Amino acid sequence: MSELEDDSSTSPSRRRFFQSLSLIPVAAALGSCGEHSGGRTAATAAEKPYEPAFFTPDEWAFVVAACDRLIPADEVGPGAVDLGVPEFLDRHMQTPYASGAIWYMQGPFLEAAPEFGYQGRLPLREILRVGIAEMDTHCRKAFDGKAFVQLAGAEQESLLEAAQAGSLQFEAISSKLFFAYLLGEVRNGYFADPAYGGNKGMGSWKMIGYPGARADYMDWVTVRDKPYPLPPVDLAGKRG
Amino acid sequence: MTTVKPKVDVVIVGMGWTGAIMAKQMTDAGLTVVALERGADRDTQPDFAYPKVADELEGSVHRKFLQSLSQETVTIRHNPADVAVPYRQMGSFKPGTGVGGAGTHWSGCHFRALPEDLKLRSTVEKRYGRRFVPDGMTIADFPVTYEELEPHFDHFEYVCGTSGKAGVINGVIQEGGNPFEGSRNRDYALPPNPNYLGAEQFYTGARNMGWHPYPIPASNASRPYVNPYGCQMGPCNFCGFCSDYGCINYSKASPNICIIPVLRQRKGFELRANAHVQKINLDAAGKRATGVTYLDAQGREIEQPADLVLLCAFSLYNVHLMLLSGIGTAYDPNTGLGTVGRNYSYQNLNRVTLFFDKSVQANAFIGNGGAGTTMDDLNGNQLDAAKSGFVGGGIIWARQPGAGPVRGISVPRGTPNWGTKWKQAITDSFRHSFYFEVQGACMSYRQNYLSLDPTYRDGFGRPLLRMTFDWNENEIKASQFLVSKAQEMSRTLNPLSMVGDAKKSGSHYDVTQYQSTHTCGGAIMGADPTSSALNRYLQSWDVSNVFAIGANAFPQNNGYNPTGMVGALAYWSAKAIRENYLKNPGPLA
Repeated sequence: MSELEDDSSTSPSRRRFFQSLSLIPVAAALGSCGEHSGGRTAATAAEKPYEPAFFTPDEWAFVVAACDRLIPADEVGPGAVDLGVPEFLDRHMQTPYASGAIWYMQGPFLEAAPEFGYQGRLPLREILRVGIAEMDTHCRKAFDGKAFVQLAGAEQESLLEAAQAGSLQFEAISSKLFFAYLLGEVRNGYFADPAYGGNKGMGSWKMIGYPGARADYMDWVTVRDKPYPLPPVDLAGKRG
Repeated sequence: MTTVKPKVDVVIVGMGWTGAIMAKQMTDAGLTVVALERGADRDTQPDFAYPKVADELEGSVHRKFLQSLSQETVTIRHNPADVAVPYRQMGSFKPGTGVGGAGTHWSGCHFRALPEDLKLRSTVEKRYGRRFVPDGMTIADFPVTYEELEPHFDHFEYVCGTSGKAGVINGVIQEGGNPFEGSRNRDYALPPNPNYLGAEQFYTGARNMGWHPYPIPASNASRPYVNPYGCQMGPCNFCGFCSDYGCINYSKASPNICIIPVLRQRKGFELRANAHVQKINLDAAGKRATGVTYLDAQGREIEQPADLVLLCAFSLYNVHLMLLSGIGTAYDPNTGLGTVGRNYSYQNLNRVTLFFDKSVQANAFIGNGGAGTTMDDLNGNQLDAAKSGFVGGGIIWARQPGAGPVRGISVPRGTPNWGTKWKQAITDSFRHSFYFEVQGACMSYRQNYLSLDPTYRDGFGRPLLRMTFDWNENEIKASQFLVSKAQEMSRTLNPLSMVGDAKKSGSHYDVTQYQSTHTCGGAIMGADPTSSALNRYLQSWDVSNVFAIGANAFPQNNGYNPTGMVGALAYWSAKAIRENYLKNPGPLA
């Protein structure tokens, strides 16, 4: 759990940096690479957006736009960008998990029916990286040199739907596979504990009524006539 | 260079349920025991401590409590003509690793086998005629009876603090239990856990159908408890991090809390973690094991000589070690000859989810892995196979091991996977839906088997185990029959909507979807050394000082979770070793 402990020492400042992101236009956020003042005295520092360490600026722009399409802010609840899901993805891509630590990664890499799962040689982080590049290549060809992020929201949605259906012809990776892992990661970031960078303020848990890490319901197993009353709590002990 | 350790009486490979049981029984008999566990040592503190466990990303995405597949996995194909490919990401089944093994991340459902299921082939042939068993179906009677196992079922339940309600005690039917179960000597160790909404609704639905609902026997303690070994358990608080997670509360029975605390204090017992057994060593004639060779944490090769070798790894890896070590003859589906690898079977699982409006407080985040409600009206002798058209029954149950959003939220049919409509659907569903599952038996077949893969290797250079498995028409029919019954029952509860499908005709085994970790067979027990790898005491027919304890011994799988049966078989085998083998080492049958 050392990863988690590390996160808890840095995440308060990261969280503050990120809070500003939803208040400024996406394009501006993408371009900013402000100095990270860091440390525990950052409370007084100007709020600056999270700086991606894994994704390149172009990839980051795609991630932010895709997050906004897949889980938009709406009347139901907060959006993925509001909750810091791009930050989650950037941080999660730097974990051993995203490098294939728990996957069998040896060849030969044979084609097989979908019932056998992903059989390629890319770990998660490369699936996303290669897929993002393919999506932008596709967009530039199909849309007069424009990247995904330069397209209108409705066009972006159509492209994501096409990727989901596997009907986009990518060269290096199946668009369906790329989409499935992208969506999985966006959902993970939206719902995982705030310690990992997404789900800021337990926003998604509040939306669906999940009590988070509370993990003690002995007194509520047989209650039928009223909704569970307590708000969520996270791993750091914060209450939502 | 291999380091040779001093010889011990018994070496145990793997420290999950069976390893812990055998270590306890062997040290009780005064033997010196070394247990070799491939994974790390683990205990409630610090490994399963709150709040760290209440972390879905670690538990359900990073799979912190399960085996990593990076060094060891299996390859899978649907039939012997195909080329197998690796099980690269965890999906259909979830082996464990580390001290406690899968016994730390299981759910807790703790069944005994039905008497008739232990005599499956003869029961079916007697009732429906020999020709009723389809060609290629290789089901067999277990070479042990319910009556012989009863004291061992009982003991394991008391070790685990199993919470339930007896249905038949000394032949007398008990109100509230399973009236179709084998007769037991006494009630469960503890009364059932309280019912969450879905388990309560199952009672209503099942009674609407004229069935006999009863509490799932759950090794999730309903009360404070001290087991026969003096190990303590605390009552389950329904934390909702159960299946796939270690228990924070000393509530879910595990080797770590129910047996190993005793072993750790014993002089004749040594546990070596991060000790990965590579093979069982045989004498020149191949008739006697001399011990095992393992790699320690530094990768050094160590030989551990022993008089008795007990294979207590996860079922698949027991078979793997036997094949790698040349114990018995590898099974060949073309000739039907050979014993190791045959009769691999699984579990036939499908789910039906019911959605309700916001007045219905299902609270899926409240969870207890083993507890819930089930029924046996379509299982064992209750099922008329001539009418249903398939062999082997199954159960329908309500279970709620605890849900969270990273683990996934079921949504009504037609809901998109993302966007505002999806957000609305998960928000409407999360606290207001529950599910029922059908858990069907899985028969064994000539073409479903385990062998060594010719291409893929593990992290130590050994061939991976290769699984050849697909659904047969019998299991597809069973799935359709049981799911239709579950849907019929569900409709009597008037949900807003339901999702859930049976297996479609011609559909194939999908390794990407979790179904169950009930991988059975491959080194089965039997009465005939030409069609089984183990005799009725789980002793290798070929190398008599090797025993392979686990679900690998099942000739086919029934409609229940295997752990209760696995524990009982371990105690049964241990009794034979203590009472007979030690006096006169050699074949027991």
